[in-house]
Amino acid sequence: MMIRRLRRITPFQVILVTVFTALAAFMSLPIVFILNHAFKPTNELFLFPPRFFVQNPTGSNFEQLFLHATNATVPFSRYVFNSVVVVALTLISVIIVSTMAAYVLAKYQFHFKQLILSLITLSLMFAPETVGIPRYLIISGIHLNNTYLGHILPSLASPIAVFMLVGFISQIPGELLEAARIDGASHFGIFTKIVLPLAVPAIATISIFTFQGVWGDVETSTLFMQDETMRTLAFYVNSLLSGLQNSVAGQNIAAAAGLLMFIPNLIIFLLFQRKVLETMIHSGIK
Amino acid sequence: MNTEISPGITRTSTTSSIRLKWNRFWADIRRDSFCYLFLAPFLICFSVFIVIPVVMAATLGFTSYDGFGSLRFIGFDNYIALFTQDIIFLTKALPNTFLFALIVGPGGYVLAFLFAWLIHQLPIRIRDYYTLAFYAPSMAGAVALSVVWIAAFSGDRVGYLNNFLLGMGWIDAPIVWLQQPEYLLKVMIIVSLWISFSVGFLAMLAGLQTVNRELYEAGRIDGISNRLQEVFYITLPSMKPQLLFSAVMTIVTTLKAGSISTQLTGLPITPQYAGHLVINHIDDYAFIRFELGYASAISVMLLLVSYFAMRFAYRLFGSKEEL
Repeated sequence: MMIRRLRRITPFQVILVTVFTALAAFMSLPIVFILNHAFKPTNELFLFPPRFFVQNPTGSNFEQLFLHATNATVPFSRYVFNSVVVVALTLISVIIVSTMAAYVLAKYQFHFKQLILSLITLSLMFAPETVGIPRYLIISGIHLNNTYLGHILPSLASPIAVFMLVGFISQIPGELLEAARIDGASHFGIFTKIVLPLAVPAIATISIFTFQGVWGDVETSTLFMQDETMRTLAFYVNSLLSGLQNSVAGQNIAAAAGLLMFIPNLIIFLLFQRKVLETMIHSGIK
Repeated sequence: MNTEISPGITRTSTTSSIRLKWNRFWADIRRDSFCYLFLAPFLICFSVFIVIPVVMAATLGFTSYDGFGSLRFIGFDNYIALFTQDIIFLTKALPNTFLFALIVGPGGYVLAFLFAWLIHQLPIRIRDYYTLAFYAPSMAGAVALSVVWIAAFSGDRVGYLNNFLLGMGWIDAPIVWLQQPEYLLKVMIIVSLWISFSVGFLAMLAGLQTVNRELYEAGRIDGISNRLQEVFYITLPSMKPQLLFSAVMTIVTTLKAGSISTQLTGLPITPQYAGHLVINHIDDYAFIRFELGYASAISVMLLLVSYFAMRFAYRLFGSKEEL
C-alpha cells in the first residue's frame, strides 16, 4: 500500500514540481549566465538591449585571457601552475592529516580526547578572516612568506574535515579493527588497509570542500605572498575583476576567467555528489 | 596523639597517590602514544593557525600596535574607544552587520531547510538535478560570481536588472545599484542569500534522508493530519544533529561575510560606508590604517558574537549541553 501511495502522482506533487522547477531555474541563473557570458564575442557583451544567451559563441575571450596575462610581468601559466601545485599538495596533505587525526579520535580512548573533540567542535565556527592579522604575524614569524608552505599549512588546520571524518569513521564497526589487530596488523597497517579504504566517501566529501576552499581562496595570496610569482589563479582573477565595475575594458577577459574558476569546482562536485550526501548523514553535531 | 599522627599519614598518602596517579597518567600516555602521534600533524597546524591566532588576537586587542614599533599595553582602551568613539563602527558597521546577519543568517537558514525539504519531496531520480541547481551558485565561489553580479547590477541601461525594470516600466532611469548607498546593502543581502545554499544545505538534505520513514506512518496513526505538523513533530526533531551542524555553518559564513561588498563595488571601503560590515571595518584598521591592536579588538568582539550565536544554536538544537 505504501508503494502504491508513493507511485501515485498527487496534485500536490505536480504543483510542487512545476513551481519548484521554475525556482530552481531561477536560482541557477548565475551559473547559466556565467556559461553564456564567457563565450560571448565582445559586441554581444555590450549589446543593447542586453542578451542573456550567447548568439555566436566564440572562444576568443579565453584566447585574450591567456594573451593578456602572458604579456603581463607574471605569465598566466605561472598562476595556473601555482594554483595546481597548491591545490594538489593541500588536498593530499589535508586528507592524510585529517584522516589520521579523525581515526584515533573516533576509535580510541585516551587522555585529552574530549578536550580536543570539543575544541574541534568549537572551532567549526572559526573564520580565518577574523584573525588575519595574527595569522599574518605567525606566517612571517616562521618565514613562510612567499613559499608554497605558506599556502598549504594554514589549510591543514581544517576542523570541518576532521569533524566530518570523525562522524563517518565512528560508524565503521570496531570488530573489523579488532580482527585486524588480532591478525597482527600494526596501528599504521590498520589505518592504511582498513580505515582509509572504508572512509573513501567521507574523504571524497572533504576533498570537495577543501578543493572549493583552496581553489577560490585569495586570502593566502593577499596576506602571505608579497612576491607576485607566488600568487594563485584565484588572486589573479580577483584582481582582474576588481575595478571592473565601471569599466568596459576587460569585461570579456573577466567573463572567461570567471568560468575558468567555476568549471573545476563543478567537475569535482559532479564526480562526488552522491558520496557527499552519504557522508553528511553521519556528520551532524549530536 | 592520634590527631598529631593522622595529618602526617594523610599527607604522605596524598603525595603518594598523586605520584601514583601521575605515573599511571604517564603510562597511559605512553600506551596511547600512537594516538598522539597520529594526532600530532593536525594538532600542530590547528594550534599554530587557529588556537594561537585567537589567543594573539585576544592579547593584541589590549595593545596599541602598528606592526612595526613596539607593543604598548593600554588595557581596555581599544574596547572603550570602539563602543564610545568609533562613529563609523557604531553608526555604520554595527547596524549594517546586524541587518545583514539577521536576514542572511536565519533567513538563509530557513530557506535552506525549506528548499531541502521540497527537494526531498521530489521523486528520487530527479533530486540530484535540483540539488545541483541550488548548490551550484555557492559552489562557484564568490570570485567567479562577481562577474555575474557586476553585469546584472551594472549601473547603466545595459545592466540586466536595469534593463528589465526599464522594460517593465517600473523605473524611469537606470539606477546605479552598486554605488548608491540606499541600494548597496540590499544588493549584498540578495546576493548573499543566493549563495547561501552551501555545506549546511547539503547537511540538511542528508539529514532528511536519515529520518525514519516508519515514524511518519506512526505519526499518522497518532493523529498528525498535515505535512506542516509532520515537519514540526517528526522531521525537525529527527534531524537535530544536521540542523545544528548547518546552523553553525550558517553563523560562520554570515559573520565572516565582508568581501562581498568589496567584490561588488571594487572598493575596499564602500561609498558612504553603505555596505560596511564588521569584517570590512577590521580590514580597514588592520591593512589600511595599520592599527593592528584596535583591529584585533574588533575581531575579538566578532569572535565573541559568533560564540554566543553558536551557544544559542546549541540551546535550540543540541541534545546535550556542552561548551
